[in-house]
Amino acid sequence: MGKRVLLIEDEPNIIQAISFILSRDGWTVDSHADGKTAMAEIARRGPDLVILDVMLPNRSGLDILQDLRADPATEALPVLMLTARGQKRDRELAERYGANRFMTKPFSNAEVLESVRQLAGP
Amino acid sequence: MIGFNVLVLVCLVYVATLFLVAFAAEKRAERGAVGWLRSPLVYTLSLSIYCTAWTFYGAVGYAVRSGLEFVTIYLGPTLVMIGWWWLVRKLVRIGRSQRITSIADLISSRYGKSNLLGVIVTLLAVIGTTPYIALQLQSVTLSFSVFSGDGGAVPEFASLSNTALAVAAGLALFAILFGTRSLDVNERHHGVVTAIALEAVVKLVALVAVGVFVVWGVAGGPADMMARIDASRIADWNLAGGRWATLIFLSAAAFLCLPRMFQVMVVENADEQQVAVASWAFPLYLFAMSLFVIPIAVIGLTVLPGGNPDLYVLTVPLALDQEGLAMLSFLGGFSSATSMVIVAAIALATMVSNHIVMPIWLSTRKGGASMSGDVRDVVILARRISIAAILALGYLYFRFSGGSEALAAIGLIAFVGVAQVLPAMLGGLFWRGATRNGAAIGLILGFAIWAYTLFLPSFGDSFLLSATVLQDGPWGVGWLRPRALFGVEGLDPVVHAVFWSMVINTAGFFLGSLASFPEPLERLQGAQFVNVYDYSRNAPGWTRSTPEAEDLLIMTQRILGPAEAQALFQAEAQAQGKAGYLPDTTPDFVETLERELAGSVGAATANAMVGQITGGAAVSVEDLMAVADETAQIMEYSSQLEAKSKELSNTAAQLRDANEKLTQLSIQKDAFLSQISHELRTPMTSIRAFSEILMSGPMSEADQAKFSTIIHDEAIRLTRLLDDLLDLSVLENGQVSLNWQDANLNQILDRAVTSSGSMEAERSLTIRRDPGAEDIALVTDADRLAQVFINLIANARKYCDAAAPELRVTASQQGNALVVDFIDNGSGIPKASQSMIFEKFARLTDQSRAGGAGLGLAICREIVAKLGGSIGYLPGQGGAAFRVRLPVAQAKAAE
Repeated sequence: MGKRVLLIEDEPNIIQAISFILSRDGWTVDSHADGKTAMAEIARRGPDLVILDVMLPNRSGLDILQDLRADPATEALPVLMLTARGQKRDRELAERYGANRFMTKPFSNAEVLESVRQLAGP
Repeated sequence: MIGFNVLVLVCLVYVATLFLVAFAAEKRAERGAVGWLRSPLVYTLSLSIYCTAWTFYGAVGYAVRSGLEFVTIYLGPTLVMIGWWWLVRKLVRIGRSQRITSIADLISSRYGKSNLLGVIVTLLAVIGTTPYIALQLQSVTLSFSVFSGDGGAVPEFASLSNTALAVAAGLALFAILFGTRSLDVNERHHGVVTAIALEAVVKLVALVAVGVFVVWGVAGGPADMMARIDASRIADWNLAGGRWATLIFLSAAAFLCLPRMFQVMVVENADEQQVAVASWAFPLYLFAMSLFVIPIAVIGLTVLPGGNPDLYVLTVPLALDQEGLAMLSFLGGFSSATSMVIVAAIALATMVSNHIVMPIWLSTRKGGASMSGDVRDVVILARRISIAAILALGYLYFRFSGGSEALAAIGLIAFVGVAQVLPAMLGGLFWRGATRNGAAIGLILGFAIWAYTLFLPSFGDSFLLSATVLQDGPWGVGWLRPRALFGVEGLDPVVHAVFWSMVINTAGFFLGSLASFPEPLERLQGAQFVNVYDYSRNAPGWTRSTPEAEDLLIMTQRILGPAEAQALFQAEAQAQGKAGYLPDTTPDFVETLERELAGSVGAATANAMVGQITGGAAVSVEDLMAVADETAQIMEYSSQLEAKSKELSNTAAQLRDANEKLTQLSIQKDAFLSQISHELRTPMTSIRAFSEILMSGPMSEADQAKFSTIIHDEAIRLTRLLDDLLDLSVLENGQVSLNWQDANLNQILDRAVTSSGSMEAERSLTIRRDPGAEDIALVTDADRLAQVFINLIANARKYCDAAAPELRVTASQQGNALVVDFIDNGSGIPKASQSMIFEKFARLTDQSRAGGAGLGLAICREIVAKLGGSIGYLPGQGGAAFRVRLPVAQAKAAE
């Protein structure tokens, strides 16, 4: 069984695109669209990798990242941050809060795949 | 021949008459019937104490020696009175408003209630007046001797000095009786003033009677008199300009500065109207007094060539066997002397007791005036002793130096002495910059020069100044010779002394004032003196401290007496609305009280006494600020500063605001850019991802179709976003051109419903309308308005969360306004969000359902505003409700 990725993203087309790319590569992809319940979803699913969008409904991805890093159970969980705002400040914040990688939309599919492989590879 | 006993009897009768007059006047005043006692005439006559025995007898002698020069002694006061508006009026006003009790009090009060100055002026006055009193005693005794020496029986014991002693004692008694009856000097001495007014009449009548006698009785009328004058040596006088000017100046100065003159002119003054009348009446009096001086002198030289010209007024009638006239003349001289001595003694006693005795007494009583003892008794006792002491001093002076100089010389010496007060007085009245130090320096310097150059040499070759010093100067230093100071020789001694003392006095005063800085109280008093006319109500001197009213009452009782003090406090309590209780010690009241007390014990002492109780704080910064021109300037300056600083802080505030706005704008700009970035990148992400998927290899037809559709939809979404952005930008920048036309609401709504239905057909939405109500004609841009309606209908279609979504569109006309409501049956918009839904990118739900960039309502708001209307959220309608309000007939000019 392949490794499991949890995609936290609210834009349906992007969810569909990333799910397609990763499952074609053998990953199991679950998705979640709400910021507020994201922590619970992560705890419930226990993924090997989280792909986290910054701008989520109800709660910022950056806040979720901080919670993840503060929790001993998830402090080492690889997190790939995505943002559409593309500002320096977001990148800096994400790095400071402990994101493993940070990608600006639009991204290339190969890049996503490679990042996921590196972060959660065998 | 009139015997000595008759003479004494006449004197006693005359003095008894004076007592009676004074007593009657006092009684009358006590009943409150002041009336004529306060008439300008009495005031004018009281001023005549300027004419002492020196002028009564001495003027004739003066005329014999120096011709018309005696007139200068009258010209000075005449000029002062004619110019009363500039100086005397101010003096009188200050005297009343500040409750000035003497010239020493005036100087002390002006320079910050300084007791040092009070003491200096008092000493100066005592030293300057003592010879003058001696002079009066001498003239009275001389006049006695004229009668007695002429063969009358002179009793053994009645030597000249005994006569003088008796006269001095009698005068002391009179002065004590009528001068210290009431303690408050400002209540004035009605008895004394009335008595000296009577004396003024007596001396005028006497002199005029002698004059009339010599002109018509001895000479053959005015014409003959003129001829005799021409023939006499008096006509050979020559005018010494410098000496004349000096003497006129000197007599004017003395008229202002002599303690007795200040007493009658300022202290006893009741109102300024008196001065106005005196300004012409007093010069007339002086004119009458001087009219017959020359004739008497000329006849005297003829009748008694070897006689003492200083006694011609008396000896000429005697020599011509006019005993009655001689007696009248004697009385005239007697009254001249007595009136001067009485007033001078009272004035000096006030000064001595207020400035020397009271401060010493106060300082020996550590507990202050409120502790024990009766200040009232002390003050009155001090005055009585002072009067006696001053007369004793005059008597002693007469005993030890009497007859050393001619009468007029002593008079002039005294004039020069008291004139030393003039610079400090005038400076204090007209120059705000005059200071206590300057006044003290000027007074002491002038006083020293006067003593050295004129007063001490007047004793002749005595133990005070040896003949060698007079001749060669002290230690043989020539330029220090008393009568040729700094090598200036050949001047008349009086002119020399006046010149040097006044120059050095004035210079010391000015330089000292410029070099020193006045204390707060000095500045306050200076302002009140110099600008006395500006202060109808005097500026406050006391700040609100809280002395015990009881302490003040106890102290006041000791000074004013229980009845008067209690009346004062009760009146104040009544004024404060606390009748029956002690009044609050408001600053006003304390100040009033101090003024009342100042009338009794002088300003400096009153200030000190009240200060002991109120805690001593003299003047606060606030008081100073309230006072004067200088302060006004300071205030103006500070208000300018204040305005400037206000301006600066306004500017700073504006800058802060601007900065805040810029910061806000910058934040908004960042947020906007960030939003735009997000809105653009999101569809692009899908497009790129699916394009790459399509490019990556073969896949099922279905997937291919699905992914192509997504790319297509996202491309359209991007386009729409860009359209919206451009639309909004155009609207916001005001660059939009509206196409105003006649339209019908019903038609516009039809168009909107149709096109919104065709756009988003996947969700069903029931739209309820009332076409009848919609039939409203209006002038608007139909396309733009339809855009707004489409947006609202599309929003309802997108966001209405009811099971069977339904939108109700109602239109109505309210006055000139057209109101269209769009109300759906969903759950509506939360209250907290209602205010922000019209902002750009304000999207409440998640992306997927919105499908737009969140610019729709922002665009609607801009359009409706451009159309002259408004759009708002309508709360409380069940579902989401929007109200569009439009003018029916939009003015075309709005374009």
